[in-house]
Amino acid sequence: MSPSGDLALQERDLIIYSVVLMLLIIVPVMVLIVLFAWRYRASNKDAHYDPDWDHSTMLELLIWAAPLLIIIALGALTWVSTHKLDPFRPLDRIAEGRPVPADMKPLEVDVVALDWKWLFIYPEQGIATVNDLAAPVDRPIQFKITASTVMNSFFIPALAGQIYAMPNMETQLQAVINKPGNFEGFSANYSGDGFSGMKFVFHALSNDGFAQWIAQAKASGHALNREEYMKLVAPSSNEPVHRYGTVDATLYQAILTNCVQPDSMSCMPPMKPADAGAMQTGSDANGMAVAPMSHSQ
Amino acid sequence: MLAHPDLTKLIFGRLTIDQLPLHEPIVVGTFIVVALGAIALLGAVTYFRLWGYLWREWFTSIDHKKIGVMYIILALVMLLRGFSDAIMMRAQQAISFGHNTGYLPPFHYDQIFTAHGVIMIFFVAMPFVNGLMNFVMPLQIGARDVAFPFLNNFSLWMTISGAVLVMISLFVGEFARTGWLAYPPLSDIVSSPDAGVDYYIWALQIAGVGTLLSGVNLLTTIIKMRAPGMTLMRMPIFTWTALCTNVLIVAAFPVLTAALALLALDRYAGTNFFTTMLGGNAMMYVNLIWIWGHPEVYILVLPAFGVFSEVTATFCRKRLFGYASMVYATVVITVLSYLVWLHHFFTMGSGASVNSFFGITTMIISIPTGAKIFNWLFTMYRGRIHFELPMMWTVAFMITFVIGGMTGVMLAIPPADFTLHNSLFLIAHFHNVIIGGVLFGMFAGVNYWFPKAFGFRLDPFWGKCAFWFWVVGFYFAFMPLYVLGFMGVTRRLSHFDNPDLQKWFVIAAFGAFLILLGILSMLMQFYVSFRDREKLRDVTGDPWDARTLEWSTSSPPPKYNFAFTPLIHDNDAWWQMKQHRYQRPLQGFQPIHMPKNTGAGMIMAGFATVFGFAMIWYMWPLAIVSFVALLATAIGHTFNYDRDYYIPSDDVARVEAARTELLASHV
Amino acid sequence: MTADNGASKALSFHVEGEHHVPNGTLLGFWIYLMSDCLIFACLFAAYGVLGREYAGGPTTAQVLELPTVAVNTTLLLLSSITYGFAVLEMQANRRGVMMVWLAVTGLLGAGFIALELTEFAHLISIGAGPQRSAFLSSFFTLVGTHGLHVTSGLIWLVTLMVQVGRKGLTPANKRRLMCLSMFWHFLDLIWVGVFSFVYLMGVLP
Repeated sequence: MSPSGDLALQERDLIIYSVVLMLLIIVPVMVLIVLFAWRYRASNKDAHYDPDWDHSTMLELLIWAAPLLIIIALGALTWVSTHKLDPFRPLDRIAEGRPVPADMKPLEVDVVALDWKWLFIYPEQGIATVNDLAAPVDRPIQFKITASTVMNSFFIPALAGQIYAMPNMETQLQAVINKPGNFEGFSANYSGDGFSGMKFVFHALSNDGFAQWIAQAKASGHALNREEYMKLVAPSSNEPVHRYGTVDATLYQAILTNCVQPDSMSCMPPMKPADAGAMQTGSDANGMAVAPMSHSQ
Repeated sequence: MLAHPDLTKLIFGRLTIDQLPLHEPIVVGTFIVVALGAIALLGAVTYFRLWGYLWREWFTSIDHKKIGVMYIILALVMLLRGFSDAIMMRAQQAISFGHNTGYLPPFHYDQIFTAHGVIMIFFVAMPFVNGLMNFVMPLQIGARDVAFPFLNNFSLWMTISGAVLVMISLFVGEFARTGWLAYPPLSDIVSSPDAGVDYYIWALQIAGVGTLLSGVNLLTTIIKMRAPGMTLMRMPIFTWTALCTNVLIVAAFPVLTAALALLALDRYAGTNFFTTMLGGNAMMYVNLIWIWGHPEVYILVLPAFGVFSEVTATFCRKRLFGYASMVYATVVITVLSYLVWLHHFFTMGSGASVNSFFGITTMIISIPTGAKIFNWLFTMYRGRIHFELPMMWTVAFMITFVIGGMTGVMLAIPPADFTLHNSLFLIAHFHNVIIGGVLFGMFAGVNYWFPKAFGFRLDPFWGKCAFWFWVVGFYFAFMPLYVLGFMGVTRRLSHFDNPDLQKWFVIAAFGAFLILLGILSMLMQFYVSFRDREKLRDVTGDPWDARTLEWSTSSPPPKYNFAFTPLIHDNDAWWQMKQHRYQRPLQGFQPIHMPKNTGAGMIMAGFATVFGFAMIWYMWPLAIVSFVALLATAIGHTFNYDRDYYIPSDDVARVEAARTELLASHV
Repeated sequence: MTADNGASKALSFHVEGEHHVPNGTLLGFWIYLMSDCLIFACLFAAYGVLGREYAGGPTTAQVLELPTVAVNTTLLLLSSITYGFAVLEMQANRRGVMMVWLAVTGLLGAGFIALELTEFAHLISIGAGPQRSAFLSSFFTLVGTHGLHVTSGLIWLVTLMVQVGRKGLTPANKRRLMCLSMFWHFLDLIWVGVFSFVYLMGVLP
């Protein structure tokens, strides 16, 4: 684990804390297993043998209470960190001790998982790329994520944790990258034949570098309109990088609603993610707004 | 083939000669080996004139002991298949770097990991667990058979029928390429139009019928057929875990049946449950499948916990510490297992509160589980531990399982899961608990109860070889996956770019090789034990100086298990009898009422196999015929009222006298 | 609960003579019904999730007809009552009258199935088949699964009538009649759920 983004860093720290907390009980247990196994071996006639001893209220209280205490601590950690690191939640800091400046708007990137490549649309810049992603260092990024046919998972380990990309649904990831560099990104959820090659490079660039990267796409001269998209969705593996200088501004919404071909029967409003379980009707599941982003926590 | 194309299509559906993998040298080679093996086996059976014996004594047997043994044989055979898949995957991942794409293209690789998961869970772990429960539980409660002996035989054959369909997929058509839970939309008819997912659906549905009926059966047995005096709080822990597992089976498998039925409707009838069009919702499948899937984990592991409880008490020569604690812990786990399913998909975008709720319920499960570990630990404390094979497996389990438990709790923290989900860390975690928990438990159980089933112990030398190869191999195979998971390597990849990762995969492949040696040692152990069976003979019926009722009868037990129904006063019933120098009665035997063998179960399951195959290949006329035949056999069977008989008291007296003689000759 | 509890000398460790094991058929069948109930629970849940996903197709109010289903429900509820009469006759060992009540039950059940099939055929003919939308998929599956259960109940009923005709009211046959009774009432109960959850809630504003 080598985090270069604030979220990934916090997630790594969380893993370390939880491991330490659990080792408090795991290590003594392991030592005791070995110790007892050795000391009470049948050949050691010196060890005390008490064949009918099968109960001790004190000990039984202890063996239920000790794990309980650890879990209470971990549970508290879980509740707090899950809310703090919720991928839908807009960032309030760029890194430890550096709040997001009031005038800084997050960079929006619309992500579409295709068979088997990634399409990135930059609505603000009006460009799109396939299997190539870039963002300026220290600027919050708002990924809006969906998929064309099957489920994938959008994951850049150095940046932040993963989240599923699902057809007809939109998930989000709000993250920030703190160090410049090229990082690997990929699909972390098996999606069929070309899954192994469903990779891209995430470039964390300076502001100038990012501007150049955008300019490079603009200079490509290709346009991503609906016909071009219909060609792009055809399944292909290990796809090289494509760049599009212009992009149909309604394309992403059309993909999300299954409406790229407007007369299609499948055209329908998007669903809320993870809202399927009948028992899962807690306020939060409903509070998770999809497009447009309407919830603020 | 037939001249008329429409008629061909009507009869053979979409099955054509092209579906046979004649152009795949590896598959053809495997087929030839399997076919030769099968011909040799069938030839041997014919040569030794065993057909009649097998049919009378095994295939049609409704004796729970034989059915239990057959379940475990099925598990061992399928373990070989599932492990072949595993070692192929390890080999592929160890070499497939950079320009080398390995020897398995995605088309094969994806089938292999799907088949590996499906086989290991449904056709190795489940039959293992079911087999042990079937064999041990009625003996432990002092019963003569299960509540519904015919149903038991039928359940076994339905499970075998599912396994047969999975095996057929190797040579006719292909298996699913979707992962072992076949998430739509990937498994829908658009993304997976070929027969693979249909093999998956029908194999699991048919085997699922067997599992469900077996759950109903064993549950009724435990509730109704305990020996007098055996109150719930005097049941052996293994029986307790069997009770809870069967409650889970009865309450979880219908959900699997429903989820797969809806998926099948989407594929066959064009409905829109999980499609991405016309209002379908694929997330509902993910929820349903895990509402079954998480309890399934406990269905497998609880009986293993039961085995460890029996083994620890027996080999420490000491009462189990905290019996009541153990029972409550089992029950708490049973209930909680239904409240955690969402932790399998924190990354699906539920809100933070939903995620943390399910994360915390998941962690709570570690409290009763931890209590169990402590109970075993304090059973060892002040004991006299005899390190026979079952106890060795138990100690290995305790150490391995706490690691798996810890990584499980890590995955239960949603933000940590965002980084570790679907990575090799997850793979390492669940193999850690399923191999380290379930499989080690089953191996402990097989070594423990083998003498009861066959009348001779298993050879300890080859058993120890198997033990060390398995345990060391496990650590070599899965610890590197934890490391790779931290490095962000995801599961189910058939090719890698980063050469730095390769060394870890090579270590893992080495671990798999050690496990292979472990499996071979096990086969050797069975062979050597059979060869030396006279030397390893158990004449006492109680080779381990054990504590529960199954050890009070002979090894192997007579058909009727107990000549007289035991009376229970303590949870270590047999131990107490020994303490009281109980003498088994030598006269006054009564005729014993027993169920009769029947071939109906096997015939019905045979029709179910044909029906499944016909549905997979769209052979509609055959499907209808086989279904009607299945129904007719079932109805016909209900017209058979002559289902039981009495073992005459003279026969009982003869069997018991033989045992008395045997016992006397070896004191 | 130590091994040595005082009255040790008096302890007997086996039952003298034949031990009577209680029959578990009714319990076992009841457990099976509970698992079947869970299948219906899943189908209800699926309907709950998808029941408003019309995908531009017909809505519940357009598809469901209360008058038909009222007749349907009446038939099924009546069949439960007639089955109850049959069980009363069975307990009084009056085979002939019992068979009559069983036949009435079967006819009512068959009427229910016939009406349901008519409804399905009508829906499919107006383009509201199970493929049209997720709502219709879940509707057809939930109602159809119940219908399939009733159909198997009918096959079972006929089988049992033949068996009772041949063997009379033996203990085994009585047990089977009681199992079918549970099954039949269970299906009635499920239908009450379907009727309220799907039909009433779908049609009433």
